[in-house]
Order: sequence, then C-alpha cells, then structure tokens
Amino acid sequence: MKKLLIAASCAMAMFASGAQAQDLRIAFDVPYEPFEYKDDNGELTGFEVELASAMCEELEANCEFVIQAWDGMIPGLLARKFDLIMSSMSITEERAKRVLFSDPYYITPGGWFGPESFNTDVTDLEAMKGKTVGVQRGTTMDTYVTENMHSAVTIKRYTTAEDMVLDLEGQRIDVAFVDYPVGEQTILNREGFKEVGEPVKLGEGVGVAMRKRDAKLAKEINAALKTLKENGTYDTIMAKYFNYDIKI
Amino acid sequence: MPDFIADWLNSNEIFTAMTLMEYWDGLVTTVHLVFLSLVIGLVVAVPLAILRTVRNPFVSGPIWLYTYLFRGTPLLIQLYIIYYGVAQIPGIQETFWWEIFKEPLYPALLAFTLNTAAYTTEIIRGAIMSTPNGEIEAAKAYGMNWFLRMRRIILPSAARRAVQAYSNEVIFMLHASAIASIVTIVDLTGAARNIYSRFYAPFDAFIFVALIYLALTFILVFVFRKLENHLLRHQRPANS
Repeated sequence: MKKLLIAASCAMAMFASGAQAQDLRIAFDVPYEPFEYKDDNGELTGFEVELASAMCEELEANCEFVIQAWDGMIPGLLARKFDLIMSSMSITEERAKRVLFSDPYYITPGGWFGPESFNTDVTDLEAMKGKTVGVQRGTTMDTYVTENMHSAVTIKRYTTAEDMVLDLEGQRIDVAFVDYPVGEQTILNREGFKEVGEPVKLGEGVGVAMRKRDAKLAKEINAALKTLKENGTYDTIMAKYFNYDIKI
Repeated sequence: MPDFIADWLNSNEIFTAMTLMEYWDGLVTTVHLVFLSLVIGLVVAVPLAILRTVRNPFVSGPIWLYTYLFRGTPLLIQLYIIYYGVAQIPGIQETFWWEIFKEPLYPALLAFTLNTAAYTTEIIRGAIMSTPNGEIEAAKAYGMNWFLRMRRIILPSAARRAVQAYSNEVIFMLHASAIASIVTIVDLTGAARNIYSRFYAPFDAFIFVALIYLALTFILVFVFRKLENHLLRHQRPANS
C-alpha cells in the first residue's frame, strides 16, 4: 500500500521541552472537503487538519500527518502505522469494540430541505400530517424520522442522495431530511429550494480514534479538546469552514 | 411450538414481531406487483404474439421493435427511465398523469408489465411458429377460417409448447421484482434492506428474505408442474 507521509508544522511543539514531547502520527483520508483535503499548493488542510494541529499544540506533541485510505483506517491504527485517526469517524458501538474514542469533537446536523413553497413547521407533527419525507436508508436521520414521526408522515427511504434529490425535484417527496453538508451541496445549490427547518444534531458525533490501550492518551486528548472548545480556538477554526454549528 | 424455536425468537433482537410484520408487508407488495404485471403482461402478449406472426411488416415490425427494445435493455434501466424520467417531463406534475406516476407502484407496474409482455410475446410467438403444418392443413381441410383455426387449433397447441418456457419467465419475473426497492417500494427486498440497515446484520436480513423467495419459487414450480401435467397429459405413456 502506497503511503504518503507529510510532516506537519506544529509550531508549539518546537517550544516544548524535547524530553517530554511525545510523537503522534495522525491519519486522514483525503479528500473529504471541507474536513481534510489538499489546497492548491498541495498542502494538507481542512477543518480536522487545523483542529489536529491546534490539538497537538495543546498536547505539546510532535505530530506527523499520515494519509490513509478509509478501508485501511482501523487496521492501520491497530498495526501501529499511526496513533490517532481524525478523519470524520463517527462514534458507533461497532467501532467502539475495536478502538477507543475520545469525546466527540464535531457533529454534522441533519438538515431539512424543501421547495421554496414549503411553509410547514417540520417540528409540528399535526401540521406535517400527510406529508412525505425522504431520508437516506440507515442514516441517523432515518432513525430519527422513523422513531419520532412515523405516525404522521410517509417515509421514503433512498439508497443514494441523488435519487432522493430527483424525487424532491419531481415533487414525489415534500421535504428531504439529510446530512447537512450533503444537502447543502446537492439541494441548496439548485434553484427553487431552501432550508425549511432548524438543523437537528443526531447521533454521537465524530471522535478521535485510538488504540484501546492508550487510555492515558485519551484523557490528555479529551482535556486538550475541551480547552480548544472553551478558549475560542475551536470556534475560530469552525468559522473558517462552516456557516452552521457543528460543535458538540 | 418447540422450545428451541421459542427460545430463539425470544433471544434474538432482529426477528421480532415488528420486523416480521415488515417482511409480511413486503411479501404482500411483491406478490401483488408480480401477479398484476404477469396477468396484464400475458393478456397483452397473446394478441401481440399473433400479430407478430403476421406476414405484413407494418403489423409485425412495430411489435418486433417493441420486444427488441424491452428484451435488449436491462429491466433496471427501464424502471429508472419510467420512474425518474417521467418526473422530469416539464409540467407533468400539473396533469392527471401525475396522480398515477407520483406513487412508485404504478411506474414499477408499468415497467414490469412491458418487460414481461415483451418476453411472453416472443415465447408465444415461438410456440405459434412451431405449430406442425399438418395440424393447420387438417384444420383448413375441415373448412375452418383463420379465426377458428387460431382459437381451436393453433393457440391450444401453442399453449402446450409455451408453458414450460413461460414458467421460467414467471420465476424470472418474481426475482426481477427485487429491483422495485430502488424506487422506494418496500417489497420483500426493500424490507430486507431496511432491516439490514437498521441492525447492520446482512446475513440475517438477507438469508431470511432469500428463504421467502425460495418458498415462493417452490409454490410456482409446483403450480406449473400441475399445469404441465394437465396440458401435456396426452404425451404421458398410456399405462401411467
């Protein structure tokens, strides 16, 4: 497997006392805009990359950024090719059996999208009665609608977001409830569509994954993430990439 | 109910009463969809097959083109074109057609019917073409006109030759109906996919649904065996 190593500039790590600084290799799967991708100069950047740099400063660690394809993420971590995964890995029960997750550091909300003419309050079950809601099968949005709204609305489940957008355009569904970044890219950039409700945060969010035995490191990372969330660094980075809230 | 089955039902998370109901609803949808498209398809196919054997190319040509198009393209593509394509026609949402095409069931029914009618037309045409000349000549000698010949001699004899090939078409249609789930119809496969994605248990969800398809196929095979025995009993050895 071809692996690319990229040395990251961790400014603070330079100031850290050499004896104590730990080496951390962090894996990303690129491109996954705007979380991790290469800019025009070929430099690795993105929300998670910047957050990782800030986290390394906070930890006073020497960080090295590794690019790893998604399929080999968890195997690579367990084989010690790298120490952390910060590549939009959602915390799930299944994965938690094999890796240790930090506290979540972001969550993309589910967004409600519909035609300009749609004026119903999506949180009002009475008003939504008889409407048809489209979701992607098996997503947290599917679970949410199935559990909370099935008595009032007709639920249509799609395999791909494209199929759902086509049916939204064709008026087969009244409203789509989809991962916000997906909806932003596929629905909002079409004419005649808008957001029709407040985004809803669902699921447990995305966390830093590490090996099960690194419990001490997990504590340090949780502390570092907490500091970043509280001292405004997190908000500054988030504002660069998103116009909605993904903080958790 | 034996204890081990009761225990198994109680201990597993997936096959609860709720998911079994989803499978049941899926089964009803699948049977409904396949049965309707086969019946309509057969009714359409018989006259088409007769016209297909006519010498006049202006009659048989368009039917040839129709069967060629629908046998020459995947059913999946036909369903995509009918379901998503129709919704893209400007202004269709304002016409009464939209009442029909809005729901996924009718586009799927249309696609399945057109598809099975094309195959069935060719099956019946083949059977008609292979009618022994002697039978036709004998009918002519009796003074039967074309219509009477078709009704009394050619079609009954063609039905006997077509029934085996047609039973295959019926089973293929049942299995092809699995693609209905891509246009949001919750048929058997749709139910299995929903349950799979809820529990992340591909083996349980799909093996269970495969068993239901097997059972359905078994019933079809049984029915057609009976039908063949009935239609082809003149071919059985005399003493059996």
